Amino acid sequence: MTSEAALLVLACALSTAAVKAAGPIAFGGRPLPGPVAAVVGLLAPALLAALVVTQALADGQRLAIGPDTAGVALAGIGAWKGASVIVCVLIAGAVTALLRLLA
Amino acid sequence: MPDAPNRSDAAVRASLRAGLRAGVPFALAGGLLSLSFGVLAEGAGLGAPAAILMAAIVFAGSAQFAAVGIIAAGGGIGTAVVVATLVNSRFLPMGVALAPYLSGGPLRRAIQGQAVVDASWALARDADGHFDRHFLFGCTAVQYATWVPGTVVGALVGGGLIDPDALGLDAIFPAVFLVLLISELGGLRNRGVALGGALIAIALVPLAPSGVPVVAASLAALYGLRGRDR
Repeated sequence: MTSEAALLVLACALSTAAVKAAGPIAFGGRPLPGPVAAVVGLLAPALLAALVVTQALADGQRLAIGPDTAGVALAGIGAWKGASVIVCVLIAGAVTALLRLLA
Repeated sequence: MPDAPNRSDAAVRASLRAGLRAGVPFALAGGLLSLSFGVLAEGAGLGAPAAILMAAIVFAGSAQFAAVGIIAAGGGIGTAVVVATLVNSRFLPMGVALAPYLSGGPLRRAIQGQAVVDASWALARDADGHFDRHFLFGCTAVQYATWVPGTVVGALVGGGLIDPDALGLDAIFPAVFLVLLISELGGLRNRGVALGGALIAIALVPLAPSGVPVVAASLAALYGLRGRDR
């Protein structure tokens, strides 16, 4: 392992640990103040929606619709219809792979 | 309220087991994702040992991909670490939401907070936003158990035999998040907030560095302040 690679890995590990530790250190052991609780209660739909669109509709800083967008959309329809996580993931991968093969 | 400090051992074990079970499909998807990380990281010149070490001690998929993407594009280590940190910044509000449900002093809570990964965090919440930390631990443990081996296989087998793009592996991550999102869409309020978060993120993609659009989408949750006292 080069020293650059080791530095990258260690720095990423430390930064990840610090980000994950910050909330529990600052807010632990007691109920959140009312307004904070009201906001964090709605974080999941906001963050998950953002993760989906930034990964399925963008390529770096460019908005881009591609085979993966179609794969993810069909997986979403599957999930909506009650398909299991694994089936949805297989749909996403298989549709994306197939469209790339045909392209 | 946080769960009682003295949960019975049986209740703790039941939560851990439920978390483990709920995490299995996400662990299988994560294993494939981690395999593609191993291939990409090895191809980016990181080398197999560093790629495997990164999976083992960073254990945050989107940050790992972002950091390796910067290196592969010829960027520096400093840039890669900054981008990885930005991509991880969503763990800040997620950690705040979880904090009241962790036990012990600050150090102990900080260690417990390391168990936050997206799927576990989303699944360990009940409909009222209360967390079951033991469920979270179980759910993350099973995902960790496939994460590291996935990268070992990807980094050692390498891009010669595995082409993550041709296999559509890049669609796994957003598909997993979409499944989790759909389970959060009960109720008009959650749908509105999801739409708001998606619009904020999309609007910022061309303007802001990687990771910022996602954490900025948290702003959509401010809708929770509206009509809180009614």
